[in-house]
Amino acid sequence: MSPYLTAPAPRADHPPVQREAEVLAARPVGAYVELTLAAPEVAGRAQPGQFVAFAVGGPMTANLLRRSIAIAGTDGAAGTATVVVAPHGPGSTWLAQRRPGDTVDVVGPLGRPFPLPEPGTTALLVGGGYGAAALVGLAALLRSRGSRVLAVTGAADAARLCSVEELGETADVVAVTTDDGSAGRAGRVTVAVAELIGGSGIAYACGPMPMLRAVADAATAAGVPSYVAVEESMACGIGVCMTCVLPVVGADGLTRFSRSCTEGPVFGGDRVRFADVGSLPWDVVGADAMGVVRP
Amino acid sequence: MTALDTAVDMTTALGSVPLVGPVLTASGCSAFGQELEPFVDLTTLGAVVTKSVQLRPRSGRPTPRMAETPSGMLNSIGLQGPGIDGLLAGELPWLAERGVPAFVSIAGTRVEDFAELATRLRGVPGVLGLEVNISCPNVESRGEVFACDPVAASDVVAAVRAAADPAQPIYAKLSPDVTDIVPVARAVTGAGADGLSMINTLLGLVIDPDTMRPVLGGVTGGLSGPAVRPVAVRCVWQVHQALPEVPILGMGGIRSGLDALQFVLAGASAVSVGTAVFSDPSATARVHTELAGALAARGFSSLREAVGYAHR
Ligand SMILES: Cc1cc2nc3c(=O)[nH]c(=O)nc-3n(C[C@H](O)[C@H](O)[C@H](O)COP(=O)(O)OP(=O)(O)OC[C@H]3O[C@@H](n4cnc5c(N)ncnc54)[C@H](O)[C@@H]3O)c2cc1C
Ligand SMILES: Cc1cc2nc3c(=O)[nH]c(=O)nc-3n(C[C@H](O)[C@H](O)[C@H](O)COP(=O)(O)O)c2cc1C
Ligand code: FES
Repeated sequence: MSPYLTAPAPRADHPPVQREAEVLAARPVGAYVELTLAAPEVAGRAQPGQFVAFAVGGPMTANLLRRSIAIAGTDGAAGTATVVVAPHGPGSTWLAQRRPGDTVDVVGPLGRPFPLPEPGTTALLVGGGYGAAALVGLAALLRSRGSRVLAVTGAADAARLCSVEELGETADVVAVTTDDGSAGRAGRVTVAVAELIGGSGIAYACGPMPMLRAVADAATAAGVPSYVAVEESMACGIGVCMTCVLPVVGADGLTRFSRSCTEGPVFGGDRVRFADVGSLPWDVVGADAMGVVRP
Repeated sequence: MTALDTAVDMTTALGSVPLVGPVLTASGCSAFGQELEPFVDLTTLGAVVTKSVQLRPRSGRPTPRMAETPSGMLNSIGLQGPGIDGLLAGELPWLAERGVPAFVSIAGTRVEDFAELATRLRGVPGVLGLEVNISCPNVESRGEVFACDPVAASDVVAAVRAAADPAQPIYAKLSPDVTDIVPVARAVTGAGADGLSMINTLLGLVIDPDTMRPVLGGVTGGLSGPAVRPVAVRCVWQVHQALPEVPILGMGGIRSGLDALQFVLAGASAVSVGTAVFSDPSATARVHTELAGALAARGFSSLREAVGYAHR
């Protein structure tokens, strides 16, 4: 028997496309901007947990690398996809400044979606900051399959909370936490997670790495399988550059540097070696060829 | 564009091997081609140049592995890859089944590694030829990069030429991080290289002003993208001027057909598109179409006529 509670997430059902998409709406939501894009092929193919990669800065740009942004929602009938952008550096700030009528070059849907549990399984969804947006579609899909959905969304402050309303429409329970107590309970999402994990059959998380690690650890300790959508620095988003790797335990029990973009962003929470991110442990496949030997 | 496109003969060759078109991927910038399948028809590329392979599987370096820089990027991947056994069992058959020609990049830290890799690749279906990535540290010479020493570079090339399938042309991939690239080019062609790939990345460093430490896990990294293009065009120009008979696969910052045209005019008979694929996954096909249009607009009826035209 595998000592792991999760199996690696399978590939998505459809390959990505590259399209020019018109921005139909740009709506500020707290500290973020929600963009609605006319992208029928992306909307028609996307599964919860997947992301898109944008070219930023326009034709004269000196910022060549794509920016990866989670898909927050799709409307197949309308042919639209939404994303929630947090202005951070030059690329995400440029994206957040797009206005209706502008076009953006988008590649997607990319990455592996969240694997789904047996219909009816109670699911705990944990979103940190804009990470909560990526869970809205998942919540709806789980509900349609008969799951009870318990959602926890947390952020540093009220302005950085995201998708509380949307999650409220689908989830059975929504717990809100902020570090500074400006909305919901004061404290980290982990407080709410500790209370809800025992009643859950599966957990999902999207947000900053320390939060993912805390949720994965809590789930694993409770014997609950968890899937986390990671955020690692990406240059291409499509699997060709090898910049976005994390140490992840595969189906065969061996740790490899796995690409977050094509083998993730959804990984089994108990398969990501969070403590080893940014280092090269000796037991990663191929570490010996780098001169790293077993201690 | 299509009318102009078909008017120009875009066929070319790598050494003695004919290619349907002059645009190839660049080693390490399109993995082994699979991921580009949704975006481009791989069979229309000159070839897929595969990520440099070594004898054993390699994990590559710890993250962070990249930093964006003005019109480019710094990378420190550390040649992550499956090793030659994995390549022969998985990636090369995948390309061969689809009729996609592979130009296999090989790398090593000693001369014998390169020779063994060339031996293993003899007669492998779909392998057009070998690109020898000599921008690797030589363990037998305190880690000095082979490509920076004409003698070490030609030792590798001679060993590869002796071991490789005679039907497979071998291209030595040169580093721009040398005082004068011409003596290295002369040395490796003298040692049997059928052609030259240039340029590899330039060594660079980025420091994070917040942490006040180097951004990359590997400290230094290779600079690529349009930022390096003038350096690359200069290298191609100098080598073509000195060795006009030697075929050149030009690369470094190609993003458009006009960029590719500069390399052709400087003396390249084929080009690789690397970092631009990260920003535009269909860049290879687009560059081909744009280059064909640019050649037609300048009155060329074939790519071959334009090779080295700027030297007239
Ligand atoms: C799967 C995934 C989903 C994401 N979803 C969202 C989202 O829904 N909303 C949102 O606002 N942000 C999201 N991010 C983070 C977003 O990609 C980065 O904030 C953004 O790329 C930063 O670009 P910049 O130009 O603002 O910053 P810079 O720091 O200047 O970016 C420089 C380079 O580093 C890369 N980079 C820097 N930080 C990150 C990061 N955290 N993750 C990935 N690449 C990075 C950029 O792509 C770019 O190539 C997601 C990241 C990933 C990997
Ligand atoms: C992420 C990355 C990985 C690379 N890996 C390799 C490699 O494995 N072998 C090699 O010979 N060159 C490698 N290169 C260099 C490219 O093949 C190319 O020579 C260089 O990037 C210049 O071209 P460009 O500006 O079009 O990218 C790599 C470049 C990048 C950006
Ligand atoms: S971002 Fe390029 S391989 Fe993942």
